Amino acid sequence: MSAITREDVAHLARLAHIRMDEQELDKMSGELAVIMDAVAAVSEVAGDDVPPTSHPIPLTNVFREDEPGEMLSQEQALAMAPEAEDGQFRVPAILEGE
Amino acid sequence: MTESTELIRLTALQMAEKLRAGEITSVELTQAHLDRIAAVDGGERGIHAFLHVNPDEALAVAAEVDAIRAAGGAEAEALHPLAGVPVAVKDNIVTVGQPTTAGSRMLEGWMSPYDATVVTKLRRARLPILGKTNLDEFAMGGSTEHSAFGNTRNPWDLDRIPGGSGGGSAAAMASFMAPLALGSDTGGSIRQPGAVTGTVGAKPTYGGVSRYGVIAMASSLDQIGPVARTVQDAAALQELLGGHDAKDSTSLTEPLEGLLTAARQHDVTGLRIGIVSELKGEGYQEGVLERFREAVTILRDAGAEVIEVSCPHLKYALGAYYLIMPSEASSNLAKFDGVRYGNRVVPEEGGTIEQVMGATRAAGFGEEVKRRIILGTYALSAGYYDAYYGSAQKIRTLVQRDFDEAFSKVDVLISPTSPTTAFGLGEKIDDPLAMYLNDVATIPANLAGIPGISVPGGLAEGLPVGVQFLAPARGDAVMYRAAAALEIRLEEAWGTQLWAQAPDLDDTRSTQPAGVGTADRTAGGENR
Repeated sequence: MSAITREDVAHLARLAHIRMDEQELDKMSGELAVIMDAVAAVSEVAGDDVPPTSHPIPLTNVFREDEPGEMLSQEQALAMAPEAEDGQFRVPAILEGE
Repeated sequence: MTESTELIRLTALQMAEKLRAGEITSVELTQAHLDRIAAVDGGERGIHAFLHVNPDEALAVAAEVDAIRAAGGAEAEALHPLAGVPVAVKDNIVTVGQPTTAGSRMLEGWMSPYDATVVTKLRRARLPILGKTNLDEFAMGGSTEHSAFGNTRNPWDLDRIPGGSGGGSAAAMASFMAPLALGSDTGGSIRQPGAVTGTVGAKPTYGGVSRYGVIAMASSLDQIGPVARTVQDAAALQELLGGHDAKDSTSLTEPLEGLLTAARQHDVTGLRIGIVSELKGEGYQEGVLERFREAVTILRDAGAEVIEVSCPHLKYALGAYYLIMPSEASSNLAKFDGVRYGNRVVPEEGGTIEQVMGATRAAGFGEEVKRRIILGTYALSAGYYDAYYGSAQKIRTLVQRDFDEAFSKVDVLISPTSPTTAFGLGEKIDDPLAMYLNDVATIPANLAGIPGISVPGGLAEGLPVGVQFLAPARGDAVMYRAAAALEIRLEEAWGTQLWAQAPDLDDTRSTQPAGVGTADRTAGGENR
């Protein structure tokens, strides 16, 4: 496995939608390299015969009756939105330009 | 000592007993805690366990309990045994009527439109909620220094950390600002703060307590649990919180029962206890190991059969955890995009939704949160998924198998809770890896979904040491039984509880400028 580079971090920050300045990228890539070094051994332990565990206590077919329960009113749901209009969340422009 | 300072030093169950007997009222009891918070939580050298204090609602609930009790009859009979005993809630658990910030700028001033299931249960049982306690931002950290609203101090030494992420809840126990609190434990965030503050914290079996309404960090690891000063208090609170919840599809269908009864049993004759070979030795402070060895001797003398067991894959648990946890966190925290809730930051030059998200998340998240999101995004990215996230999940299987094997030989496992006592504020803040190593003994339980508890084991150089018990999944009762057995024997040996020996705290009100009090530095801000 290759080490995590500053370019990797810049790419990951874009994927994660976190704006980072040059200084932050430098600091973060240094720290992540140390952390990844420490956890790298993880990939060398288990063979193909070991199944992965995604959930510690497996439960299957968790269903409830399909009945409407209590839910938030439109007003409640929008109360803490940064911006709302006409009973809807108002978002910034999706596309650039007009 | 005045009457009200004696009152706050009782255990929660003693408080409940006095309430039932009519010796005290819930209003008195709640006010005594609010007074204590006002006295020691604020100011420059205050503990700062609370991000928000909730006096009006707490006193109103207390008055309701008192009125019901005074009226007598069926309604008084039906009161929950803990009714009227105040409680604090970690600030990543949502509450109507009080801000929930998760220790993050992202949610500064946010008011939840709904209650977490555990909060609903507290309300039904009529426990006055004193306020919301400090934590590392989104529960990410082991020292509470990653809170966006300032660190919490350890009541044993104000220049040391109270553990984390639930440092606020644990410090509130150790400084008698609350007798009970809620915590959340993803890798040790209930147990490690308990250990370094000389108090008790338990992580139930995964699914034993509903997670509906806890702001998720790593969903396959997160578990809400009780924070208390005694094992019995913790057991009583877990019984109140536990049980199936249709709103949490990971919640166990069968309730975990008999916890308080188990905690009242002190007999360990014939109980098989396993010392985990991998959770001691290198990296553990000598003082911590000394207290641990004493605890083992006490249990052996009390009639337990103690053997050493090996869980060879635990040495990979920390690495697996620091891949699984950030992976799940990066996904869970994607919802903080400045659209539906939380604070939106628009770049100076304006911008599209993508640019607004980038600026919002840059301003709203602290360093540790960003680090984990980037780490998780990396571990999940194409080309690395199998090597990192996939491998970590396989280690999870191996850790579970190790525990299964161990629990075929013993009833409970025992280890130190944390490799060190409380370290100094600022000591590890610039060394994330050193900070992560705090969790080395607590993480395996989260990976395997098994219950774990930390109980006070004594002092090393004047600072509390925690002893951890682990039990098989759904074995919370035997965990409480073993922990209570150690607790009572240590208390007999000391002549008092460990937390009763915590240093007295100065009233910080005299040292702060007029007008700067707990209420003024609430992280909640105004309800918008």
